[in-house]
Amino acid sequence: MKDGIAIIGVGQTEFKEQTSETITEIVYQAVQRALRDARLSIGDIDHVVTASVDLWDGLVASNIAITEVVGAVMKPEVRVASDGLLACYHAYMMLLTGLYNNILVVAHCKGSMGNHYTFSNWSFDPIYQQKLGLDFLSAAALQANWCMRRYGITPEQCAQVVVMSRSNGEKNPRALGSPKVTVDDVLQSPLLAYPIKSLDVAPTCDGACAMVLSSSVEKAGPSAKPVWIKGVGACLDAHYLGDRDLSRPESLISSGKKAYKMAGIRYPKKEIDLVELSEFFSYQELLWLEGLGLCDSSKVSETLHHGVICEDGKPSVNPSGGVLSGAPYIVAGLSRLAEVALQLRGEAGNCQVSEAKTALAHGTAGPAGQDHCVFIVSA
Amino acid sequence: MPRRVAIIGTGQTKYSKERNDVNQMELVYKATTKALDDAELKVSDLDAIVLGNMELFEGRALPEMWCGEGAGGYLKSVTKIATGGTSGSSAAIAGFYQVASGVFDIVVVVGWEKHSEGHTQTAMAMVDPLWDRHVASGAVGNFALSISQLMAGRGITEEQAAKVTVKARRNACRNPYAHLQMPDITVEEVLSSRMLAHPVRLLDMCPQSDGACAIIYASEERARTACRRPAWVKAVATRHEQPYLGDIENRLIIMRTLRAAAKEAYRQAGISQPLRDLNVAEIYEPVSYAELAWYEALGFCDEGEAGKLIDEGITEMGGQLPVNPSGGVLCSNPVGASGVIRVAEAAIQIMGKGEERQVPGVKTALAHGYGVYAWADVMILSSELG
Repeated sequence: MKDGIAIIGVGQTEFKEQTSETITEIVYQAVQRALRDARLSIGDIDHVVTASVDLWDGLVASNIAITEVVGAVMKPEVRVASDGLLACYHAYMMLLTGLYNNILVVAHCKGSMGNHYTFSNWSFDPIYQQKLGLDFLSAAALQANWCMRRYGITPEQCAQVVVMSRSNGEKNPRALGSPKVTVDDVLQSPLLAYPIKSLDVAPTCDGACAMVLSSSVEKAGPSAKPVWIKGVGACLDAHYLGDRDLSRPESLISSGKKAYKMAGIRYPKKEIDLVELSEFFSYQELLWLEGLGLCDSSKVSETLHHGVICEDGKPSVNPSGGVLSGAPYIVAGLSRLAEVALQLRGEAGNCQVSEAKTALAHGTAGPAGQDHCVFIVSA
Repeated sequence: MPRRVAIIGTGQTKYSKERNDVNQMELVYKATTKALDDAELKVSDLDAIVLGNMELFEGRALPEMWCGEGAGGYLKSVTKIATGGTSGSSAAIAGFYQVASGVFDIVVVVGWEKHSEGHTQTAMAMVDPLWDRHVASGAVGNFALSISQLMAGRGITEEQAAKVTVKARRNACRNPYAHLQMPDITVEEVLSSRMLAHPVRLLDMCPQSDGACAIIYASEERARTACRRPAWVKAVATRHEQPYLGDIENRLIIMRTLRAAAKEAYRQAGISQPLRDLNVAEIYEPVSYAELAWYEALGFCDEGEAGKLIDEGITEMGGQLPVNPSGGVLCSNPVGASGVIRVAEAAIQIMGKGEERQVPGVKTALAHGYGVYAWADVMILSSELG
């Protein structure tokens, strides 16, 4: 049963800095694309799981805005108010019950509509931390400093991550299409919170991602290109930054271990060909790889010298350009899974890497990567 | 087919207008700890956490980041559900799925709200900015319109609605957790209370409460060893509806979502005559009139007969089908918790832990969640694994 759940369709909008389309309209597009990709009609969907956060949408229960376009009128729908990959995890568990055949997972966010840092400030404990002005940027800056100290990572290396991401992102039609940058461009961009500069930060953007998960792939017909879910893990870390060793992403390490165990992976470095990470800041790409056991951050100066992040260039990291090339909050994790699904199907266009069989998709939510979710998939 | 799942423990805080003594995380902690004590488990026994909360009401973002640890979420999977009024019931259903999937054996579901820290009716008016927001009126206004239709279409009277309030607020006196307890309330008092929006009067409406409620699910194997009398989950069903109030014709009369969800749940549980087959129901009535509309949609009576159920005392304590022995949403409404409370109270009745509010010999219980304009969740619990 556990290897019987597959991704049978993915659909994403193009991600834009600011779209004039409504939430309803962007979700409609993503859903239609996912259904076409799965060769299903909306009537074939038994249950819908959505991901969105009211504050970002400026709406109360913002799944009201999309009930019609996700086909949930007179059908069951539930909303996970966090990153889309966590919603996908819940959908995966629902399919394991055997009660449903096809579940549509949808994540959406129009980051352009609000001030991300104000909202993220409101996620901190209101008594001791919110009033200090902590937000996801300042929390990330504290974490980046810890990483620099522990692993000897330099601002230049972080800048190189941005350069590589932007270079990959240029080939991805869904990414923002931001111009290529040099290490100097990144280093000279305005300092936001030491050591994080404006080009170290993932751009705010708008968009939606939809995906069809199925427990009855045999019914999907011979033309189906299922991508099988092999392992999943999700974990929440401690809230107070002082309770955590910020240079050691405990909840990511634990999520990864769970997912590897479920997927029967013993040597992640050898067995995983491709990863798509949710790096909202450049240093996070290195820290998340470290936490997932895919890269030794203290050796990163050597590997970056050869133009790759992990030793011998394996696994490939964020060939889509990753979140640094543009993926909306909430959508980012699900979009990572959609990107690896396209890779494993050999349909990633100019971003395609060769001979990828096993891939990892990662999502995160909260300050300094408090909550993580890891998916292992294979074709 | 899914693994069989039971509720083996519940925990509730006292519900009240303002819980200044605790913050949100502490509320979550208190409910979780009580549920763990009730189930005789330790926090290390929990495999995963499901939370229900409408953070917009308090102006919070991703509240699981702060409050998740209160539910024992450190280094565990935490799923945060938010679906308006059904947040609690949807979270309860989500917790069931996570155990039924085989991924987790023990899952705690915690719903909470601290309305005193925000302005709920303002948040509720943050509906579609293009078409709905300029006529948005929060809970009272949108109910008032539909209630007028219900009265005209089903012959429901103000007196019958007032009787629902009286039943609820008197039942609440036997529930130590209830927010509004009014032992001496009368129909006349309800009918002479302040008019909010015709025909809804102050005493017809639910309060806004602070509070949290937790339930603990266990897989069949764990439930059998851990609990003397678990409440087995026999059925779950959810239906959502059109986003615009104007698109939902005769909302409270037709309530096709609840009718469909109930029909599906009765099919799963093998219930053919709900009034006969159910021993108790905990339903989500934010306003007295809604309870009468739900009677019909849940199949407790024929079309237009809901008023009779309350007139004849059938849904009173001691009647054929007691509805809301806890006092219901009319007496305690911390929104993110309210749906979890319905499920917890239904489980308490099955487990025989209802103390003063216990209905004797409960074997089958229904819990219902309502939200947005017409979203519906239904869960059926049983003392028999069957």
